[in-house]
Amino acid sequence: MRRDVFQAIADPTRRAIIGLIAMQAMTPNALAEHFDMTRQAVSKHLRILAECALVKQQQRGREIYYQLEVNKMKQVDKWLEQFRKIWENRFSQLDDLLLTMKNRKK
Amino acid sequence: MNNNLAFDFSANRENNTITVKREFAAARPLVWDAYTKSELLDQWWAPKPWKARTKSMDFREGGHWLYAMCGPEGEEHWAKIDYEHIRMQENFTGIDAFTDAEGNRNKDMPEAKWDVRFTDKGQVTVVEFLISFDNLSQLEALLQTGFKEGLGMAMEGLDELLAKLRK
Repeated sequence: MRRDVFQAIADPTRRAIIGLIAMQAMTPNALAEHFDMTRQAVSKHLRILAECALVKQQQRGREIYYQLEVNKMKQVDKWLEQFRKIWENRFSQLDDLLLTMKNRKK
Repeated sequence: MNNNLAFDFSANRENNTITVKREFAAARPLVWDAYTKSELLDQWWAPKPWKARTKSMDFREGGHWLYAMCGPEGEEHWAKIDYEHIRMQENFTGIDAFTDAEGNRNKDMPEAKWDVRFTDKGQVTVVEFLISFDNLSQLEALLQTGFKEGLGMAMEGLDELLAKLRK
């Protein structure tokens, strides 16, 4: 199945996982402690992230550690533009509210 | 509209900050009220088609604003700002966090520190937001959240809302 980074971050749990493994490599068990869900459910999210090439896996003894593939996150630059649009939209609404308030005072 | 009002938006990855600066064609006390009174914030804070709905507002140092961003399909995203320092009509700072409906912070979502400054520039008021994060992953997580919510927004609906407000 073709997956991309946008699918990966569509889910709030996966966004939270990305936040956690950006700071340090973690095992599925350690990750599961942060969420109200089973280790299996966490593993499923990790598998999707791996399919998007967003995470690196590293075997250490019996455990597999997952870490964020930071370069892949460069696509965030595209999202910055969306974030900017939210603020533009918000401020246009404020312009109009201020106008209404000024007119009301007159 | 309002092409004459300056708008700056920049992200600084080295110190994990976003700066949002905007001019408004109104006197500073009015702009200050729009940013600090919940009945006014509810009218503009959520980008359409989302709506902000205040649950509680206590604008003072140590107080907070707890509100929901309500989506067109009944989605609710709760958020809270804990106010830290307030200098009336000049500046306020606070911590912005994702919460549940009771205002309990969601530790898996990013928190940001806000520093909002209000200054006069001739006839307009300049508002500058400095949004700081503890680390880059938090900044990126927030951008992702904004992206997701921004994507679903029908910008064409804005004109309709503005026309309604003008009446």
